[in-house]
Amino acid sequence: MTTEARRKERLDRSIKVRTETLYALTSWREMGYLFVPRFVLIAGLLLLPLILGMYWQRVLCTAGIYALLALGFDFLAEYVGLVCLGGAFFIGSGGYISGLLNAHFGFPPLLCIPIATVAGAAVSTLVLLPCLRLRGIYFAIISFMFPLFAVYIIIALNVFGGTEGISALDILPNTWVEQYLILGVILFALFAFRRLVSEDIGLIWRGIKDNDQAVKASGVDITAYKTKAVFIAALIGCFGGAYLSHLYGWLGISLFAMDFSILPIAASVMGGMGTLVGPVLGAFILTPLSELLRGFGQLRVVLYCLILIGFIVYKPEGFMNVLQRKYHQFERWEVV
Amino acid sequence: MDVLIYGTVNSVVFALIALGFTLVYGVSRVPNFAHGSIYILVGFLTWSFVNDLKMNYAFAIVVSLAIAAAIGLFIYQFILIRLRGMPTSEIIASFAVSLIILEGLRMQGIAGFKGFIGPFYVLRPFIEGKLKIAGVFVDYQRLIIIAAGVALVIVLWLFTHHTKMGLSLRAIAQDEQAAMMLGVNSDRMAMISLSIGSALAGLAAVTILPLGNITAETGYRVLIYALAVCIIGGLGSWVGAVLASFVIGFAMKLSTAIFGAMWESVVLVGTIILILLFKPSGLLGKQKELEERV
Repeated sequence: MTTEARRKERLDRSIKVRTETLYALTSWREMGYLFVPRFVLIAGLLLLPLILGMYWQRVLCTAGIYALLALGFDFLAEYVGLVCLGGAFFIGSGGYISGLLNAHFGFPPLLCIPIATVAGAAVSTLVLLPCLRLRGIYFAIISFMFPLFAVYIIIALNVFGGTEGISALDILPNTWVEQYLILGVILFALFAFRRLVSEDIGLIWRGIKDNDQAVKASGVDITAYKTKAVFIAALIGCFGGAYLSHLYGWLGISLFAMDFSILPIAASVMGGMGTLVGPVLGAFILTPLSELLRGFGQLRVVLYCLILIGFIVYKPEGFMNVLQRKYHQFERWEVV
Repeated sequence: MDVLIYGTVNSVVFALIALGFTLVYGVSRVPNFAHGSIYILVGFLTWSFVNDLKMNYAFAIVVSLAIAAAIGLFIYQFILIRLRGMPTSEIIASFAVSLIILEGLRMQGIAGFKGFIGPFYVLRPFIEGKLKIAGVFVDYQRLIIIAAGVALVIVLWLFTHHTKMGLSLRAIAQDEQAAMMLGVNSDRMAMISLSIGSALAGLAAVTILPLGNITAETGYRVLIYALAVCIIGGLGSWVGAVLASFVIGFAMKLSTAIFGAMWESVVLVGTIILILLFKPSGLLGKQKELEERV
């Protein structure tokens, strides 16, 4: 008795192989193969503000903040092996530093934001530094605790405006600056991260993720490299926070809200962990979705979590990995 | 004297909260981030059974513990079983379950029960009244907590060291492949440990919750406390977990007595960071120390 078995075979398209090296420059077709997906992404993001209405332009700005956080989360989790559940801490430290500089010293927003980006990242890195020796679940939970404790401390000491927060901060000059600032930073960060993880330092980071003992045994100071990675991820997170406090002209303890920790994770899982662009697109899909569900209040968190579980259990690779596979490979059934 | 007695009570509370989590993670390597939410869910279910369905208190507790164990089974069987060996996904998925339960409870009218908003959900103590020990009034519920904590530690120690099932649980923690070769069904064991752990979380809830209100925020705190105890104590060590609960319990009570209540959480973080700096594998951690951390 014979049964005919089939299996699905996936092969790289020949054009993918041709475009991997300098030979990509040999013809327009090869260059187009490389250029079109990137162009669609850049042009798509840059055109969005032009076609959206007032309300959705504001949503776009918020989505951009989540996209930055998702990018940082994906980078830390997939390339360095640090699962950071505390994205809200980056938002909070960036937002508070920028807002306080503006409120107490009267610096203009466009000066506060860069200062807060660097200073906030430094603060976040310093706070996370003792925990960098941990990994896996330990790091995850400690990083989750920091935003919660930051809230307790601010309430307990009644500093930085206490529970009320500080309102009437200066806001960004106009809505076009708002939107193109965040979109520009997202695109810059996206391509910069892509470049960074394929440099030598990215190799070391991936080594730390896969087997930190082996990297350590090769004489590499893994804590120093993890510190650098956290600082880089915190930079974009803190930028998001600083930007957020000047977007609404307000700062308060809700900058440490759990939404900032959870939605980026859901976006990363949905978009495809490890692709860097997937999480960004995931955030641009999930944020408008949650905006539509604003009427349901806390139910939104439940919804993200359902999406999260659905993707992580049934489609763990996320949609970007699937799209990339379809683009680079063809599939066929083969009789074995 | 005051600090000594209430510090002890506080420490036992931490131990009770952490035991379930230690059992599940330290023994079968499944990070159950839904621990805190099950704790609160059991408290809420018990309250609801007693007040809405007019059940007997003891019976209500048993029913809600059974439900907690069933939820543990469910979480493992339908979600975590597909993710074993991928710690990142395990963390994210179980944390998502936790958020679903907690944020679901925060909303009004879940599953036909009354809303869960407001500070009015209080479980009745098992026995009312107070006792005067060395000049300090201690209510009976706190004494029950101490008794329950001590009994639970002893029972769990005996269970994991002297019963076949307990030994298999420890076996899959130490070397899953070898345990499978010796006929231990590792999926089944992990499922059992998750359901026992959830029931323990529920047990902690019904003994501790009469001291305060049932709120959704408590769920997050409980998860954090359980993890803090695990991190400080080191894994796979009951003694470490109990020692860590006493370190945290007394540190927090002392800081309250000296600096005031608002410093409690600051001291908690400070303790964790100090211990991590000087002894990254926890006070008494020994199991898989190298692989686990640093």
